[in-house]
Amino acid sequence: MTNLNHRTVDALRINHGELLRNWAADMEANTSQAALKAGELQQQMTEFLRLFVRGVEAGSPGSLATGEWSEMRHFLEKLSYNWAVMGVDSQETAAFIFSLKRPVMVLLQREFGDEALFFVEQLWVVSEFIDVLAMHTISTFQKSREAVIKRQQEELLELSTPVVKLWDGILALPMIGTLDSQRTQVVMESLLQRIVDTGSQIAIIDIIGVPTVDTLVAQHLLKTVTAIRLMGADCIISGVRPQIAQTIVHLGLDLQGIVTKANLADALALALARTGLSVGRAS
Amino acid sequence: MERIPILRMGEFLLVTIQVDMHDQLALTLQDDLADRISATSARGVLIDISALDMVDSFIGRMISTISGVARIMDAETVVVGMQPAVAITLVELGLTLPGVSTALDVERGMNLLRTRMGRA
Repeated sequence: MTNLNHRTVDALRINHGELLRNWAADMEANTSQAALKAGELQQQMTEFLRLFVRGVEAGSPGSLATGEWSEMRHFLEKLSYNWAVMGVDSQETAAFIFSLKRPVMVLLQREFGDEALFFVEQLWVVSEFIDVLAMHTISTFQKSREAVIKRQQEELLELSTPVVKLWDGILALPMIGTLDSQRTQVVMESLLQRIVDTGSQIAIIDIIGVPTVDTLVAQHLLKTVTAIRLMGADCIISGVRPQIAQTIVHLGLDLQGIVTKANLADALALALARTGLSVGRAS
Repeated sequence: MERIPILRMGEFLLVTIQVDMHDQLALTLQDDLADRISATSARGVLIDISALDMVDSFIGRMISTISGVARIMDAETVVVGMQPAVAITLVELGLTLPGVSTALDVERGMNLLRTRMGRA
C-alpha cells in the first residue's frame, strides 16, 4: 500500500472540522442509529477522525498492527465490541466507517479537482485505507458477537439445570429441553454435587419438560440414575407423559430397576413414604 | 509395606480408604479383608471411599470383587461416601456395580447394615 501525498494529508488535517460536519450530516441522513445516543456517536466520530488524521500522517495502515495505527486499532476493537454487545447490527457498524468515504471524496474533489490524475490516485489510496479499517472493525465485531453467543449458551446451560430441594433429604431436578450428552453431563454433575452437599437420600428427576425421548436420551437417563445409586441415594423419574411412555415401549427401551411415576406429586408422595414421613390433613 | 487398616466394630468390619489406591494396595486389601471376615466371622463390611477422588477400572472391579467374596462368606458389603466424580467415572467405564449396596455416609451405611441384619 502506498502512502498518501503530503498535500492530501495536509488537506485532511486542515479541513478536519468540515469533514466531521459533513460526515455527521451524512450519518444523520442515511442511517437510523437507534441504539446509539446522538452525543455518543458524535464523540466516537470525532475520536475516529482524530485518530485517522494522525494515522495518515504517519503512513499506510498496513495490518494496523504497528506504530501510529495501533491506537486506532484499539479504538475500533473497543467500538465494535461495545456495539456488538448493544445489539447494533453488522451493516450499521460497517456503514459507520464506509460513510466517511463520501465527505473525503467531496473534500479531495474540491482541493484537487483540476488535477484529475492526482485526484484519482489519492482517492484510491484513501479508499483503500478506509477499507482496511472497516474490514478490521467487522472482523472484530464478528468475534465479539460470537463471544456473546458462546457466553449466552453457557449461561443457558447453567440456567436450565436448577436442582431444588423439595423436603429434607429430597431433591428434585425439573429437566427442561432436549437432553444431549453435554447437558446430561452438566445436569449429572450438579445433581450429584447437591446430593453430597445436602446429604439427600432421594432425587427426583422430572422429565415433563423433555420434548422427546429416544434411545440416546434414555441412555443418558440410565447413566444418571446409576451414578446416583452408586453414590448411595435413590432416584425416581417422574413426569412420564403418555406419548413418552408409548415411545419408550415402542423403542423397546429397558429402564431396568428405575422407579418411574406419572407426575411429580406421586413421586414426592413415594419419596416421603420412603423417608418415613406422611402428610395428612390438619384438623 | 503399606496397608489399609481394617477395623472391627461388633459384627461389622470397617474399612476407610484414605490414600490413593494403587493396584498392589487394592489386591492386598482384598486378601486382608477375606482373611479378616473369616477370622472374625463378620456379618457386614462397610467400605468408606469418601476420600477417594480418583478411580480406574481396576479399582472399580476390586470393589465388585470384594463385595462378591464377602457375600460368599455370608457378609453384606456397603460402599459409602462415593464422590460425584468417582460415580460418573464408574458409570462411564460401564462399571455399575450390580449387587453392591451403597449409602451416602458412614452413619447411613451402618443403619443399612443393621436393618439387613435385623431382617435376616
